[in-house]
Parts: sequence; structure tokens; C-alpha cells
Amino acid sequence: MVAVLTRIFGVHNFALAEDAVQDAFCRAVEVWKFKGVPENPSAWLMAIAKNRALDVLRRQRTARNYAPEFGRLLESEWTLAPVVEEQFSETVIKDGVLRMMFSCCQPRLPEEAQVGLVLHILCGFSVSEVAGAFMSTHAAVEKRLARSKKVLAESRRLFDLANATEFAERLPAVHRALYLLFNEGYHGASAEAAVRGELCREAMRLTALLIEHPLGKTPVTHALAALMCLNAARLPTKVDSLGNLNSLGDQDRSRWDRKLIGEGLALWELSAAGSELTAYHIEAAIGAAHGRAARAEDTDWPAIVALYDALMTLHPSPVAALSRAIAVAQRDGPDRGLAELAAIDGAERLEKYPFYPATLGELELRRGRNEVAREHFRTAIKLGRNPMERRFLELRLQACR
Amino acid sequence: MSEFTYLFRGRDMTVSREQQQKTMEKWAAWFKELTANGHLKEPGHPLVATGKVVGGKKKTVSDGPFVEAKDIIGGYVVVEARDLAHAAELAKGCPVLEIGGSVEIREIRTINV
Repeated sequence: MVAVLTRIFGVHNFALAEDAVQDAFCRAVEVWKFKGVPENPSAWLMAIAKNRALDVLRRQRTARNYAPEFGRLLESEWTLAPVVEEQFSETVIKDGVLRMMFSCCQPRLPEEAQVGLVLHILCGFSVSEVAGAFMSTHAAVEKRLARSKKVLAESRRLFDLANATEFAERLPAVHRALYLLFNEGYHGASAEAAVRGELCREAMRLTALLIEHPLGKTPVTHALAALMCLNAARLPTKVDSLGNLNSLGDQDRSRWDRKLIGEGLALWELSAAGSELTAYHIEAAIGAAHGRAARAEDTDWPAIVALYDALMTLHPSPVAALSRAIAVAQRDGPDRGLAELAAIDGAERLEKYPFYPATLGELELRRGRNEVAREHFRTAIKLGRNPMERRFLELRLQACR
Repeated sequence: MSEFTYLFRGRDMTVSREQQQKTMEKWAAWFKELTANGHLKEPGHPLVATGKVVGGKKKTVSDGPFVEAKDIIGGYVVVEARDLAHAAELAKGCPVLEIGGSVEIREIRTINV
């Protein structure tokens, strides 16, 4: 909604758009208190927002400059309502969301600020929810969002989706923001929950929107969408009904979302069309390798190790190295896995990451060195970031008896 | 370049809501075209069909104007055109003509003191 109104009012009037949406919500709540929530609340809200837009534009007909694209069409009753109506039509709303997404991912903002803006403006997350997503404080996020919005409002106009060159230039930043958003949900470091499906779903919804756009439908976007589908397919079993975290090997694979795996594999086929190989391609391929294994012991570990090798060449990171070491252990046994772990470049960056000592513990346990394993799991528990992680690690610790 | 006012006359009161919607879209399209070509000077407004008329030295207020539907002024805009002929040519795209209405074109008079 903010995206649509910003499109009409102009990006420099971003605050006005936010106020109008806030107003629309307040009015809706007032009415719903008495009359109950209508059958289609979102259509209802849209209608209120549309009327709010017309109100604002009529009252301040010439007091402000609105979006330059509409010229003076918003000044006259001949054209005001039809122009606003058009912006609220479904296809134009989709474009509006996409345009806002590209506008948020502008290079003047640090990556985390871009993702924060996307969450706040396009996913409707409150300041506290954004703070939750980034393990940051309310005050810090509020300050950063205010700064980001100022930067956004200073950009003369919203991103022009029709400009193919600029679209292609900005696309990687948009991919990155969507990837971070998905990962934040999938491997979240939040204090409440280890997995937050709503962040994953939002990332997938926005990525699907990107695929619908002729310029957004690139092999890289397909790879990103594939990796999201293939990983999200495992969400139903990653956390069980008791809220316990399950490791990949212990998951009930019959409950994996077969439809999402199918979609992911189809998207992955499409992603192979280009000449560019990205980390998204490789991560999707890893997801596909897991998705195809009917049982944990059917997993093609040699292929997965090879994919992690490729990922390390393309985009080395300590977390990828850790995952690679786990795959090596699966292929060649715990001794080789531990050797790989010891050789990780930049392992000190994993110091705070609970799954580094947890992996050490797991491999030591497999070698039968239960006492050493227990020590590692104790360290891991201290680093656990939410009750879910800690409970999972406690159970692993108990397994060392 | 000179400025001309278009006075639109005539309105069809019998049309359905859907047709009204279509008509509004046609107006919007025409305005966009005029804007794109740099002809729209003041976008003006459409007008309600009934009102009051104040007239004479006694400043009598009466209801009105009472004229035939086809003569009611339905709105105005100000355009910029090379000359009267050009302005008349531009007016041919106006949707009011499709319902049998008319566009009166009057050049804006510059008053020099």
C-alpha cells in the first residue's frame, strides 16, 4: 500500500504516503470495532487507502508537487480519479511493489539497511519486528530506518523499471536483499525462534513477483527462486510440532513439501539457461541434491562436496566451509571431517556460531570420543541464540552418554 | 504559441455507470495525450450541471442556467496551440464529441494596460 501511494505522491513525499496508510489502518480498525471485520479486509483497506489518496490530493491540490510522471493529471478532476484508480489495479500494484523493491535496494544504503526497508515498507513489518529480524534493538532499528527513509525520499524519483540498463545494474542488489531476507528466516539468529517461516514466505512472494517481470526473469532470479523453494520444502520438518529443531539426517522426509521440491527443480532447470554461474545456482543445486534423496543414506555426498568446493571457489565464507566439512565427514568419515574443520580459513569468525562447536561435538561423538564431544556441546549450548537451538543442543549432549 | 480555452458543452445523462467509467478513461487518455505533446496549459475541471446565476445590477441570485442539456458547459481546460486553427484541430480528439457534444474554442485575450 505504501508502495502504491508513494508511486502516486512521489518518492519525496514518502512520509505523506506512510501517514495516509497509517490513517487508513486507523479508520479500518475504528469501523471494524463496531461492525466486525469484513469478508475481504485487504480489499477493504485498499479502498480506504484509495479514498485517502484522493482526499489528500484534493485538499493539497497545488500545495505540493507529486510524482513527476503524472505531470498535472493529479491537479484536475478530469483525470485525478482515473489516474489513482489505475494505480490501484492489480497489475499496477505489482509493478508498484517491484518498483519500490528496486528503490529500496539502492547502492547508497548498506545491505542490511536495504533489507530492513524492504521488510518495513513491502512486508509491513513494524520497527520491533524488523529489530527482531536483525537481532538489533528497537531504538537502533528506528534510527536506521529513519535514515534510510530519508535517503529514499531524497532520490528524485522512484526506480524506473522500464530502463533495462539500470534494471540489470540494480538486479544483483535486489537478489542479495531477497537472499538475506530468506536466510534470515531459514537460519535465523533470532532470540525467539531458530526458524521464521514468515520471513521465508515474504522473500518467496517478492521473488515470485520479480520472476513475473520480463526483465526480472533472468537465470539468476530462477536460481534464487529454486534455492528458496528447495530449502523451504524442508521447513515443515526442520522444526517439529513440539518446536524442536531437527537436523537434516533426522527429518521425516515424507513430510517434505513435494510440490515445492518439484517447483524448485523446475526453476533450477530454467536457471541453467544463462552463462553466469552464481552462488545461488550452487546453493540451489545443493538443495536439489538433498531434495532428491528419498532417505538420508541415499544422499549423494560426493556430489555435495563437489558443489561446496565450487561454492568455496566462487564465494568463500566460513559458514560455507563449515557445511563443506560436514559433507566431507559424511563422505569420508569423521576423521576427515575434523581435519577439514581444523583447516577452515577464518575459523575465528565462527567463534560465536553455535553450530561450529556442535559440529565438532557431532564428529567426535561419531569417533566414540564422548567426553570430548560433551565439552563441545556444552560450549555450543552457551552460544545458543534461542530456546530452540539450546534444546536441540541439550538433546545432542544427552546423546553423548 | 497562444493559449486557448476549451469550453465543453453537452452531456449524456442516460448512460450507465460502466459507460461513465469508460468515458472517464477516454478523457484521461486524451489528457495524457495533450500533456505528452505539451499542449495542456491548465488542466481545468469538469463541472456539475446545475448551479446558480448571479446577474444584473441588483445582483439577483437565481437557479440556473436553464438551457438544453446539449448547451450546458460541462467543464473547461486551457491549452497551448500555434493558432486558432491548430487549437481546433487538437479539439477533435475530445471525447465529448462522441456523445454529440461540442467544444467551443476561445483564445485567451491578453489585456494590456
